[in-house]
Amino acid sequence: MKVRFFELAVGVFVLLGVAALFYLAIQVSNVTDYHDRDTYTVTAYFDNIGGLKTRAPVTVSGVRIGRVAEIRYDPEQFRAEVTLAIRAEHDYLPMDTQAAIHTAGLLGEQYIALEPGGDYDTLQDGDEVMFTQSALVLENLIGRFMTNMGSD
Amino acid sequence: MIDAIASLGRSSLNALVVFGRAFLFLLQVLASLDIVIRRFGLTVVQIYSVGVRSLLIIIVSGLFVGMVLGYQGYITLVNFGAAEALGGVVALSLVRELGPVVTALLFAGRAGSALTAELGLMKTTEQLSAMEMMAVNPYRRIFAPRFVAGFVSMPLLAAIFSAVGVIGGYIVGVGMLGVDSGAYFSQMQSVTDWNEDVLSGVIKSIVFGFVVTWIAVFQGFNAMPTSEGISRATTQTVVVSSLAVLGLDFILTGLMFGTG
Repeated sequence: MKVRFFELAVGVFVLLGVAALFYLAIQVSNVTDYHDRDTYTVTAYFDNIGGLKTRAPVTVSGVRIGRVAEIRYDPEQFRAEVTLAIRAEHDYLPMDTQAAIHTAGLLGEQYIALEPGGDYDTLQDGDEVMFTQSALVLENLIGRFMTNMGSD
Repeated sequence: MIDAIASLGRSSLNALVVFGRAFLFLLQVLASLDIVIRRFGLTVVQIYSVGVRSLLIIIVSGLFVGMVLGYQGYITLVNFGAAEALGGVVALSLVRELGPVVTALLFAGRAGSALTAELGLMKTTEQLSAMEMMAVNPYRRIFAPRFVAGFVSMPLLAAIFSAVGVIGGYIVGVGMLGVDSGAYFSQMQSVTDWNEDVLSGVIKSIVFGFVVTWIAVFQGFNAMPTSEGISRATTQTVVVSSLAVLGLDFILTGLMFGTG
């Protein structure tokens, strides 16, 4: 009887602990969309990626359809190679889709916005996004503004 | 002058001796861990007294810590017009830091001191020697189950603390201060990462559980067999394990988040 009570209480305790971990996993952290099960990857080359980080969102019209899987520097093209993992159900992106690095809000996180083109062929696994637009670097912008001011 | 240097040397040697004994003690406990599988009932009873009976204090403090975080976070964030980020602030601070650390401190006060006092009294009343006389190995019968119980309970308690704290932050943030409910959770999910944040917190709590239980059980084992000795050992447990938790937290945080 007594042993049974201990076992019961400990069982409830362990269940509570596991439930709490589960709650942290599902409700608090983003473990669910972390495992984008079926994805295909496309690469894009950018002159400058600004502050883009891996796992940053990839969006179309603001809707998230994937994440940045990998960022590395390509020493042959002298450009940053960004690998995008896009969920398999979004297989309708035209070949001439444009990728741009945008910033959420004024100081927010950077993400990749895709702008679909008009081509009939769609992007497949391993393809490259031809048209890219680099991140806006504030210093460059100010520099350009200053030179324009000077030439006037 | 020479006396002062000699006393410094003596106290450092004493500290080293205690540390060495604690380590040998740990090795002996680890060597007798098979009892946990062979007589699981012993461990279950210890998990009950160490874990289940700490539940109330953990849940209540988790709730209040979460509610205070909700208040303070809101007051700071609303200045920047970013009150919606409250969920992220509450969840990150709980999961990364406050959950493991505060749980470990409470655990040291609630369960660690009890362990030390119990074992110290066993030693004082010569129950441990009596066991040895009866050819019962106290490491297997007494120390190992308590050790495992503390080690298992801590991560569970820390997870409960964090989860309850998130709910506490929700009560204050959404219920009383009017942050949007959807924004609270979506912000939380967008900044909290399972591997980087939640699992780091779990690893921290496992380490803290290990250290606090080790200190508590060893202090009981090492206590002077007098009533004064027990009281000193109990105080030592709380002081040393609290300091160890805070110091280790600094090191672990540096290792986990320092380079990221």
